[in-house]
Amino acid sequence: MSSFTLKAPLSQPTPRAGRTRRQRHPLALAVAMLTAAIALLPILAVIVMAFSGSGADWPHLARYVLPQAVGTTLFLLLLVALGSGAMGVGCAWLVVAYEFPLRRTFSWALVLPLAVPPYLAAYAFAEFFHYVGPVQGAIRALFGFTRPGDYWFPEIRSTPGAAVVLSCVTFPYVYLTTRIVFLMQGRNIADVARTLGAAPARVFWRVLLPVARPAIVAGIALVLMETVNDFGAVQHLGVPTLTLSIYATWLNRGSLEGAAQIAVVMLFIVLALLTAEQWARRKQRFHAARASQMKARPPRIALKGWRAGTAFTAVLLPILAGFGIPLAIFGRYALNRLEQFSRPALVEALATSLVTALATAALAVAVALVLLYAARLVRTRRMMLLVRFATIGYAMPGTILALGLLISLARFDNFVDGLARTHLGFSTGLLLTGSAAAVVMACTIRFLALAEGAVQSGLEKLPPNLDEAARSLGRSAPASAATVLLPLLRPAILTAGILVFVDTVKELSATILLRPFGFNTLATHVYEQASRGAAEDGAVAALLIIATAIVPVILLSRPLMRDRDA
Amino acid sequence: MFETSSKLRAGLAALSIAAGASLLPFQAQAEGTVNVYTYRQPFLIEPLLEAFTEKTGIETEVLFLDKGLEDRIAAEGENSPADVILTVDIGRLVNAKEKGVTQPVDNAVINENIPAQYRDPEGHWIGLTTRGRVVYASKDRVEQDTITYEELADPKWKGKICMRSGQHMYNIALFASMIAHHGEEKAEEWMKGLKANLARKPGGNDRAQAQAIYAGECDLGIGNTYYVGLMMNNEKEPEQKDWAAAIKVLFPNSEDRGTHVNISGMALAKHAPNRENAIKLMEFLSGPEAQALYAERNYEYPVLPGAEVSETVKSFGEIKPDTLPLAEIAKYRKAASEMVDRVGLEDGPGS
Repeated sequence: MSSFTLKAPLSQPTPRAGRTRRQRHPLALAVAMLTAAIALLPILAVIVMAFSGSGADWPHLARYVLPQAVGTTLFLLLLVALGSGAMGVGCAWLVVAYEFPLRRTFSWALVLPLAVPPYLAAYAFAEFFHYVGPVQGAIRALFGFTRPGDYWFPEIRSTPGAAVVLSCVTFPYVYLTTRIVFLMQGRNIADVARTLGAAPARVFWRVLLPVARPAIVAGIALVLMETVNDFGAVQHLGVPTLTLSIYATWLNRGSLEGAAQIAVVMLFIVLALLTAEQWARRKQRFHAARASQMKARPPRIALKGWRAGTAFTAVLLPILAGFGIPLAIFGRYALNRLEQFSRPALVEALATSLVTALATAALAVAVALVLLYAARLVRTRRMMLLVRFATIGYAMPGTILALGLLISLARFDNFVDGLARTHLGFSTGLLLTGSAAAVVMACTIRFLALAEGAVQSGLEKLPPNLDEAARSLGRSAPASAATVLLPLLRPAILTAGILVFVDTVKELSATILLRPFGFNTLATHVYEQASRGAAEDGAVAALLIIATAIVPVILLSRPLMRDRDA
Repeated sequence: MFETSSKLRAGLAALSIAAGASLLPFQAQAEGTVNVYTYRQPFLIEPLLEAFTEKTGIETEVLFLDKGLEDRIAAEGENSPADVILTVDIGRLVNAKEKGVTQPVDNAVINENIPAQYRDPEGHWIGLTTRGRVVYASKDRVEQDTITYEELADPKWKGKICMRSGQHMYNIALFASMIAHHGEEKAEEWMKGLKANLARKPGGNDRAQAQAIYAGECDLGIGNTYYVGLMMNNEKEPEQKDWAAAIKVLFPNSEDRGTHVNISGMALAKHAPNRENAIKLMEFLSGPEAQALYAERNYEYPVLPGAEVSETVKSFGEIKPDTLPLAEIAKYRKAASEMVDRVGLEDGPGS
């Protein structure tokens, strides 16, 4: 699928059409509402927690914490948006529009940094750029410096430093979303512009970039949500963000309510971001006109000499930074601990990680499909908002979201147990609390935004008359979805599933809080070691996380490559 | 495409069966077990628990948790499988008590083993090991061999001190002890002085402070004793031995009130389903055999008077712990945490 035509903006559904369709699909609506309600459960629990508080923390927070923490957070978000945006868009453009050495390899290797959890990346960067690390060591050897005061070196333990680290491991979100648009939109528009005499650079800035804007914004929105919820990286790098003040309020001042209140403030920031994204997308909708056009291949300009070298370096650097540095740091530790690879505990953790991530990916994609398909059928603004709102869990610090789910599930379990005890005379105990199901549920809710984003971007490109035609020929809505939409959505579904899979393999905070006895994943295994200040002892498990995430990344790249080279 | 969706369905079914194997939560009804919710890393406590099982025949189930351990037990309520809580930091023990997830233990063996200053006055928690919050000083650049916490605010150290985040629980406990001894006003003056003396923004872990001294970024660092032991004996990353070799351990206030120590400890869960076994575990962990194991393995100080410390720890010199009860110090944690914000300690020296 390559060439898409730009059509006039799809007119917003008229209220009349919306009403008639809504009446026709009460079941779809009910299922979607129920699904959204479950996804929103932990967030609602956090909101309830926030409102149960007295507000006693606020004089302190308002005076000493929030002004600075909000400022730091917004500054960090701005830098990460710029950094990940520049890297993601730049690489996508180079890989799609030009031919240079190793381009094909780079086109999938650019996704690799996604496999590195931000807190491990922060640790690796801090070591790599530390005074005793390889970079500064080389500088000293080269110039004959002997003391830290002899030369200037940028401080990685700073807001810009943290922005670099976070940009380097999150830019693939932008790369993935943007690349697809460049591939699909590239040809027709670019051709038209070029025949009108525009230079390639001008085509990029004036035509392709504006067309890709919704995709870029969608990718950056994911990056920013991941940045806002990050705890491990900013803590290690000493950047006092809102998330850090949430934990200080909760753990050091014993005020879970106060922590929940800050988390709710953070949700508002995120809702503002999401609204901005919706706004950016509002005018532009692009549908493929004919399937045959999707298969057309955009021409690629072959680069030679220094131009090829520049493009090669520009694409290689982000991969080296986001993937190479963590791999080098943890790889060296792991070399000293090769015997760990055969430890049964580690093998078991690997299996648990795989099963959990697969289950979560399947569930998250299913939930995203249900929600988005219902939104497509029902087509009301309220439904769209609900779908959007159901995915904001991604923007909450993982532990806080998990606490919300924990409290909800425990309430439910104890309620059922109470009923069983009084009416049936036996105890059901805790059914969901502290179960693998709770872990899968938490990860699904946490990463629903990823699945939703990927599926939606696919769904948006399918003209509504496609499944409407199937329905007008007598198929039911679910049948037309299964027979017409699903096959066309396969690349989007695959992307969604893999993004969720990778993030679940990395997931730590919800897993560690909700898991049952004996449920160890690779991430919990790493944390067990790293939390003692000995990240090197977790190196082998860290490498396994990265390795586990690489496999689907390669799988993901394959259909994308096939599509574009067909 | 029907084929595809049926394949998908089959795949999902297979998955749910695979996941189903571990779907049901652990039910803690078996006789002869004790369920441990721990904030201490399993590999640290495993040898102790194995020794316990060998001695008593009681099996242990371990669940390693992080932030929110107490909240999980609270949410689980009467159905919680937790028997005991194992954790580091006085703050977490006090928090568990305040959350109402512990119950008091009044046991002659435990009371005999553990000095009163490391026990909750009402019996809700006990300390098992202590660790000093000490000063790491550069061997090359720091002449003096004694120091006080108060001295860290002395302008002579301007630009020479490194530390991890001021909101980290170990620093919060240290600052709380400063408030407990000097009152809030004086402690705040002190913290401002400390901030002015920082070489850089607080960050990293305790070992990173030793690394920074080795690198010449600062002359003094604040850290826990056992990290020095871990670095000195790190065979896998021998460069850490260099970091440890670059510093000497100074026990602050050895001449007066003594060095601030924090504890790792345990508590009996309020709805412990295996209460008897849990108390047996508490007795065992406070006893000589476990105390010696703990000290040897993790370079901590045993709370049991007379229990041996490891050779490595002996090499740091003698520790004289502050005798103010930890329960007293813990009262000032919130004030300490707010003070860190007020002073802007996390911003580092520049602002």
